[in-house]
Amino acid sequence: MVPTKEEFFSVLEFRHGRENQRKFNEATVAICGLGGLGSNIAICLARAGIGKLILIDFDVVDVSNLHRQQYKANQVGMYKTEALKENLLEINPYITIESHTVRMTEDNTVKLVSEADVVCEAFDKAECKAMVVNAVLTHFKDKIIVSGSGMAGFSSANDINTKKLSKRFYLCGDGVSDVNDGIGLIASRVMVCAAHEAHMVLRLLMGEQTP
Amino acid sequence: MVLVYINGCEQAANGKSVVDVIDEMNIDIRTIAVELNEEIVSKADYDKTTLKDGDVLEVVSFVGGG
Repeated sequence: MVPTKEEFFSVLEFRHGRENQRKFNEATVAICGLGGLGSNIAICLARAGIGKLILIDFDVVDVSNLHRQQYKANQVGMYKTEALKENLLEINPYITIESHTVRMTEDNTVKLVSEADVVCEAFDKAECKAMVVNAVLTHFKDKIIVSGSGMAGFSSANDINTKKLSKRFYLCGDGVSDVNDGIGLIASRVMVCAAHEAHMVLRLLMGEQTP
Repeated sequence: MVLVYINGCEQAANGKSVVDVIDEMNIDIRTIAVELNEEIVSKADYDKTTLKDGDVLEVVSFVGGG
């Protein structure tokens, strides 16, 4: 049986504290890319009771995604925006989700994320990561971006951390493990990096700036 | 002598611009973000931005995977 909204949020208030939960409920977070990072970040934030998520990805679920991304075998072929929305609403039926099934570019990034309090960069390709980080930091004066770089392979999960590079730019990952070096992407290590990003978002929304 | 901090390391940078630093690092300009004294440097300004004594430059070179 699905809990009522009151039941759902009373538990979150108990876990997180009433004031923190109020901040989470009022927050809007944009997630750029819904792969191994983005789908896991979205699930963490939906469970934490973030008020609204803006989900952005142009791609469809592929069988090669299932080993690390939060989709199900019966969702192969669906747009990631639609599949993830379905999964998130099963976890938290009271979250607001805005989906954009588009490829992010320098031209549309500003419009897509303008409403967000915090932006999560969660792309796969290095040039897409750089594009969205540059666009957000250049075009907005007060928006914070949390990004991920370096989470491929079987190296220690302890090498993944969160760094504050400046007051509006946080970087999670080990900074060096490149999927293009043929080391693959492993669910557990990608999830560690996604959890770093999601956790930093929650800390920022609470008013904490240290990584 | 102009001394700057590039990714945490102190080094001489007499007359160097951001684009000179990037060229020396041998990295792909499409995969980076550059912050100077905690402010983003727009890609259009890389060649116009000359480093001054005490500047703190952070060049983030993203790697693939997500």
